[in-house]
Amino acid sequence: MSRIQTIETKDVAKTVKTGGCGECQTSCQSACKTSCGVANQQCESQK
Amino acid sequence: MVHQYKLNGYNIVLDTASGSVHTVDDVAYDIIEMYEKEEPAAIVSAMLQKYKHLPDVTEDEVLACIDDITALKEAGRLFSVDAYEKLACDYKNNSKVVKALCLHVAHTCNLNCSYCFASQGKYHGERALMSFEVGRQAFDFLIQNSGTRRNLEVDFFGGEPMMNIEVVKQLVAYARSVEKQHNKNFRFTFTTNGMLLDDDVIEFLNKEMSNVVLSLDGRKEVNDRFRRDYAGRGSYDTIVPNFKRLVASRGGKNYYVRGTFTHHNVDFTNDLFHMADLGFTELSMEPVVCPPSDPCALTEEDLPILFEQYEILAKEMIKRKKEGRGFTFYHYMLDLKNGPCIYKRITGCGSGTEYMAVTPWGELYPCHQFVGDPKFSLGNVFDGILHPEVQDGFRSCNAYARPECKECWARLYCSSGCAANAYHATGSINGIYRYGCELFKKRIECAVMMQVAEATEK
Repeated sequence: MSRIQTIETKDVAKTVKTGGCGECQTSCQSACKTSCGVANQQCESQK
Repeated sequence: MVHQYKLNGYNIVLDTASGSVHTVDDVAYDIIEMYEKEEPAAIVSAMLQKYKHLPDVTEDEVLACIDDITALKEAGRLFSVDAYEKLACDYKNNSKVVKALCLHVAHTCNLNCSYCFASQGKYHGERALMSFEVGRQAFDFLIQNSGTRRNLEVDFFGGEPMMNIEVVKQLVAYARSVEKQHNKNFRFTFTTNGMLLDDDVIEFLNKEMSNVVLSLDGRKEVNDRFRRDYAGRGSYDTIVPNFKRLVASRGGKNYYVRGTFTHHNVDFTNDLFHMADLGFTELSMEPVVCPPSDPCALTEEDLPILFEQYEILAKEMIKRKKEGRGFTFYHYMLDLKNGPCIYKRITGCGSGTEYMAVTPWGELYPCHQFVGDPKFSLGNVFDGILHPEVQDGFRSCNAYARPECKECWARLYCSSGCAANAYHATGSINGIYRYGCELFKKRIECAVMMQVAEATEK
């Protein structure tokens, strides 16, 4: 695969079975307060 | 869905549904672009024609690359199918817990910033301070409605929460006194303009607050354009030393120095660099939220400038990190390996359902940006939810609620965006705040590029 390099990422599809504990931070509580971003939130079970 | 873009010398391919990120050469980039539209023979022909000056681009090479793409597709890492829509609706409909409150402990402020979305802290209403009794009831409401969730968040917000710091201290003491018996772990955030911080308060905040948000717009002249007291004096010279003392004794706990940029400082990266040069390393900078008629509102003409600014920021952050003087930018914090699960990505910010704002009188609103608009009153901390029909509207907000989002590659990064921004831009919480979408997508492109840069340099 010399022309394609795949960066190591979490397989989001697999978290259908493993995710959803809801313990992570509410996105707007951190710093923005005026927009919504969820991708920059940490997974609580990975801490 | 696949999103391809070129940035800072990298050819990047994102696979929306799996969250996969690939960096590819020019040939693979073009082949991926054609893969779902053309037969292999047509792709080979096009590549041989376009890259005839490159000896390594042969028929066998192109076919091998097509095979690689097919293998990635079969592994669910490219052109993967998004089958999460039903999941989003079911998860949100079945979840009835509240896990975060924004406590408006002070609807008043000692600064008079004309661009304030909260109208100088008053939220278009009367000045008021939250009593301990109302605050305590808010904590009880949160504990009672949080089900089995252990981590509960409370943001002390305003206006300026320092105007009611004694009640904040009493509420923190109350929460600490009851959290163990209910098997809860409170995480507090305090958002302040910094004017009234003294050593005693700094010690309290650094002991009790998981996160503090320190409002500073950047360079002195930029900060003092809007962030002034009622006598018209700029706040910069007071708050910067206060923030420095707070951060110096923070002991590594979370904080953000957070600014707002407007039409008057579209070169906002200079404000971020200024903050970094002051020694702050955890930074956030948000586009102003205001009506288009406001002179500080961002314009269509500003958009390409802002795109360029986000690129400048990403490149400078890579450079400074290599030099050992890196800093964090909130919107570029992307952990591709340990980031959020699919449920977080599809259910949105939780406003109106798991997250609510509480006014000084104990009224509940979907979030701080809806406070003061009676159409969005949910109830109060004493009687609970009195308007479930309002809450149902927010329960339906998810990454698939808007037709435009279903076609957007960024939907699992923003989870369909901010309901308040949508409402203010379109009159509906299910509308599209296109300007915000454009900025968001640019930020994600830059954030992913930074991850690619780091991963490929190792």
